[in-house]
Amino acid sequence: MIETARYRLLLGLLAAAAIILFVLSLTVGPAAIGFGESIAALFDSKEAGPLALIMQEIRLPRAILGLMIGATLGLSGAVLQGYLRNPLAEPALLGISATASLGAVLAIYTGFSLVFPLGLPLAALAGAVVAVIVVQAMAGMRGGALTIILAGVALSSLAAAMTSLALNLSPNPFAALEIMFWMLGSLTDRSMTHVWLAAPFMVVGWAMLASVGRSLDTLTLGRDAAASMGVDLRRVQLLAVLGTAASVGAATAVAGAIGFVGLVVPHLLRPFVGARPSRLLPASALGGACVLLAADILVRVIAPGKDLKLGVLTAIVGAPFFLWLVYRTRRNLL
Amino acid sequence: MLNGVSFSVGEGEFVGLIGPNGAGKSTLLRAALGLVEARGEVAIAGQNAAAMTARERARRIAYLPQEREIGWPVSVEMVVSLGRAPHRPAFAGLDGADRARIENAMGRMELEEFRRRPATELSGGEKARVLIARALAQDAPLLLADEPTAGLDPSHQIALMRLFAELAGEGRGVVASLHDLSLAARWCTRLVLLDRGSIIADGPPREVLTRERLRSVYGVEAHLAEAEGGMLVVPLDMAAR
Repeated sequence: MIETARYRLLLGLLAAAAIILFVLSLTVGPAAIGFGESIAALFDSKEAGPLALIMQEIRLPRAILGLMIGATLGLSGAVLQGYLRNPLAEPALLGISATASLGAVLAIYTGFSLVFPLGLPLAALAGAVVAVIVVQAMAGMRGGALTIILAGVALSSLAAAMTSLALNLSPNPFAALEIMFWMLGSLTDRSMTHVWLAAPFMVVGWAMLASVGRSLDTLTLGRDAAASMGVDLRRVQLLAVLGTAASVGAATAVAGAIGFVGLVVPHLLRPFVGARPSRLLPASALGGACVLLAADILVRVIAPGKDLKLGVLTAIVGAPFFLWLVYRTRRNLL
Repeated sequence: MLNGVSFSVGEGEFVGLIGPNGAGKSTLLRAALGLVEARGEVAIAGQNAAAMTARERARRIAYLPQEREIGWPVSVEMVVSLGRAPHRPAFAGLDGADRARIENAMGRMELEEFRRRPATELSGGEKARVLIARALAQDAPLLLADEPTAGLDPSHQIALMRLFAELAGEGRGVVASLHDLSLAARWCTRLVLLDRGSIIADGPPREVLTRERLRSVYGVEAHLAEAEGGMLVVPLDMAAR
């Protein structure tokens, strides 16, 4: 089968690109360290010099988080587009990013994050949990795609309003500034603790999302046809919503809201997998990892010392690119 | 919606489900599949359908919904291969028998030349044929089709009815909801007439389709005739109230 061979080649290329970008991410940074030196320092377990410290405590978690969060955004975007049968679906649509952000903002606002270092990501995860409960309760067990979209939109708006309120009432300008900066989304100065906090949620989320691939293929023909072919729609909905919440909630908790990756990457790769939803999932996960790692390298190369935020770059590059995609495919969309 | 409806479909029967809009034809088909909440019993080959898993049921009943929207520009071959989904273990690929059924279904609907085309780019009639091939690939003993002839030209309508009659001839059961009464009368072995959620008549076409029933159920005056070994039903005008 030519199609299957082409698909394997695509996955191979994407995986290779992800590995290359991962290594590049490890070797690019303000501390000018040679390539060989940096890799050696990464695996240096005895000597606790500044080199090893930078590599193991700063760059390694950053690269790992870039890989994991990118994969999360790509995968969840592909699953949601497939499940909702809507090319405009993305992880933020369920309101998970917004409520997770609100949780984090409240942690900063109340000073909880100062007292307890992991307070911020934990509060963000709690926010994601709230989103799941609300969306799932609204959509109900028989709920359709439209209900989920509308519930997500309403929840996002409410969370955004609450975030604005926190900013509005912020007691000092520094807290407000911290909130603003956090919301822009970044991978700077994350530690291995963040990796260990996010990884379990992401892995569980990925497993849930990956398990619905086949059902998404069948859903191409609509909900009734899928149900008549033995797909349990309630199970698919639960797995899609919970999987997105666990993985995207964890991603937002450690890095803030990073937009457009989950929307653009599945679009970009869909033509290369014959539009087949199940094949889009692994491709989109790898593609998301590539895009996020590349963007995180770019913010360090474009403006060293300026701390350009990752979320700002993905939006600045992603939005015009998405417009171009819409322009190119508008005839097919109508 | 439906009340006190009970009927059974045997092997080799091609049942036409007829009745005015809103009579409950689609609801009846969907209830038989467990797609809508329903009280009552559905038994397939003597087994209670409620006790079956969705996959077990899918191996026994293939369903052709009215909705013909295909969500993504996937290839025709891939759409047809979806029919094999209920027969495969969770992560297994297609085996030789699956491929043979897919080829057979595509051949029957004359889709070989479209194989690699995105299904979304086909015309309405071609798309309908692709979706029928998908249901054929499912290879279930019972096929339920909701208005399968809608949007097809006369030759494709007849080809479809001929195919359904063939499937029944092979020992399957076929139930199709239909609006074209002549088509239903000429090709179905049995007609079930529904009105306002109840079965009004159930039997051979000539017994079910009478002038009085068409007047009381559809509210039309109709001309009934015989032509080329089959019945003709031509609605003429609204019945006087």
